[in-house]
Amino acid sequence: MSAVLETRDLSKQFGGFIACNNVSLSIEAGARHALIGPNGAGKTTLINLLTGFLEPSAGDVFLKGDNVTHLAQHQRVKRGLVRTFQINQLFAEMTVLESVTLSVCERLGLGWSWWKPVGAHTAAIDEAAELLATLHLLDVAHTQTRSLAYGRQRMIEIALALAAKPQVLLLDEPAAGVPTDESRELFATIARLPREVTIVLIEHDMDLVFRFADKISVLVGGALLTEDVPEVIAKDRRVREVYLGEALDG
Amino acid sequence: MASVKLDLAPLRQAAAWHWAEYAFWLMPVLAYFAFGENLSLLSQIAIAALFCLSLDLILGYAGIVSLGHAAFFGLGAYAAGLLAKYGWGDPLLGLAGAAAFAAAAGFVTSFLVLRGSDLTRLMVTLGVAMMLFEAANKLTDFTGGVDGLQGVEVKPVLGMFGFDLYGKTAYWYSLAVLFVMFWLARRLVHSPFGLSLRGIRQNVGRMPAIGAPVNGRLVVIYTIGAAYAGVAGGLLTQTTQFVSLDVLSFSRSAELLLILVLGGTGRLYGALIGSMVFMAAHHFLSDINPQYWQFWLGAALVVIVLFARDGIMGLLGKLPVPGRKPS
Ligand SMILES: Nc1ncnc2c1ncn2[C@@H]1O[C@H](COP(=O)(O)OP(=O)(O)OP(=O)(O)O)[C@@H](O)[C@H]1O
Ligand SMILES: [Mg+2]
Repeated sequence: MSAVLETRDLSKQFGGFIACNNVSLSIEAGARHALIGPNGAGKTTLINLLTGFLEPSAGDVFLKGDNVTHLAQHQRVKRGLVRTFQINQLFAEMTVLESVTLSVCERLGLGWSWWKPVGAHTAAIDEAAELLATLHLLDVAHTQTRSLAYGRQRMIEIALALAAKPQVLLLDEPAAGVPTDESRELFATIARLPREVTIVLIEHDMDLVFRFADKISVLVGGALLTEDVPEVIAKDRRVREVYLGEALDG
Repeated sequence: MASVKLDLAPLRQAAAWHWAEYAFWLMPVLAYFAFGENLSLLSQIAIAALFCLSLDLILGYAGIVSLGHAAFFGLGAYAAGLLAKYGWGDPLLGLAGAAAFAAAAGFVTSFLVLRGSDLTRLMVTLGVAMMLFEAANKLTDFTGGVDGLQGVEVKPVLGMFGFDLYGKTAYWYSLAVLFVMFWLARRLVHSPFGLSLRGIRQNVGRMPAIGAPVNGRLVVIYTIGAAYAGVAGGLLTQTTQFVSLDVLSFSRSAELLLILVLGGTGRLYGALIGSMVFMAAHHFLSDINPQYWQFWLGAALVVIVLFARDGIMGLLGKLPVPGRKPS
């Protein structure tokens, strides 16, 4: 297998604080790759560097072999690298269907089209509606995003990303704050995504991580502590000490 | 691909003309007959409405606040005035020149408003407008300075309709330009491009993550907004055959923002209705007593910002009207 997403000696400093320290990471195509680490370990920062939300202080990011370190966020999205946010980033006053249609339109390159109304771009609307159907969001299609329950909003966070048809999908704690039964549905949805989509998942629930991932990278204090298959990570003493100790014993 | 059981009509037909819109556009036609002796006021309203529309495009849709939008209005006014003064008196050509000139200035200054908070944008737009005002004030050879630009001679519209003393041509011309520009803006805001602007206003941080080049979109809409303002300024010049320095004044920018907030942002008709209400109220109340007008204007502003965030359009939207689209 080949690496679809790779970092080399990636670092990020905020003032004197090193949030990402020489991280060299390689994500295989089709992988279910989990990124774990205690709070403040730099997981979100790493996603921000991968997607271009932040500029690295040093190091490079490679997407499908190309150096994308200096590409803007939207250009990386066009190349198939799409993320969700730990804290919802939604379009509060749009209906669910509108916001997903917006994302579909951007992917189809319709974002500059200004003559025909959105409603006349039937292919985009149909595609958005189908995506809502697969995510069980049809009943709220015409509801304003802001008036939805948090669990549903979390699903829309993912819907917006899926509408961009990612090749690599970076999920930053997708179920954070979602009630258990809804979180189960959310992960079932993620698990159903086709293998062509490479998934990088940040998640604190270790049961979920071990069930989902075929590879786990552990970040501590901004640096990569270790990475391996789940069975090995589960037995790793250092990992248990810095992170899993509480989670596994408790 | 009709495999999904969902009524798509609310989105498919979101851009269809509503009966209330037809009714709305009948008003200026009826006004011509009802207030025939006040045509110059009606023309001023149409011009103010176009100017306000231009701010709605950038503020109401893309979320760019501006306290200096008169810069583009003024540039358009001077461009049309100078063209007419030096022999290019065809009105439509003048408007094209006004639009192009203002658009060029909008394009250049758009890069200053890309970054930064609302406060930064307020200050940058204010600063640009102040510089232009002072420049126009000093370049007396060009602009006439405080005396204004004289000698503006505008030819008949389409070579047929000369500007008359009663302001009939001026009114129909302003109204026609307003309608065409409104119609184009209406297309724009309902398009995928318009949807992406709403996306930028509602969550600028998410847009790049779904593949949208935010800066490019902002540059384009700011340039378009500037062109719209330029056309409004050009119209004022052509219908009054004169340019006074106050086309660039701070109070014009501030008043514009006030009118848009009064009418309601991000719905085009808010800009139109706000201008109508403001100009009409101004006309009638300031006749009675100028202080009275300022007082009630201030009061209305406070009440709207605190209790009716969506302005007049928001209030109208709460009325039970048969067949109204869900907004
Ligand atoms: N923009 C910033 N400026 C300064 N410090 C930052 C910034 N972003 C993150 N940090 C710091 O970098 C460290 C890593 O933050 P990050 O959000 O990446 O952690 P995380 O692993 O995602 O944690 P969590 O599990 O709580 O989401 C934290 O100490 C945080 O305070
Ligand atoms: Mg995080």
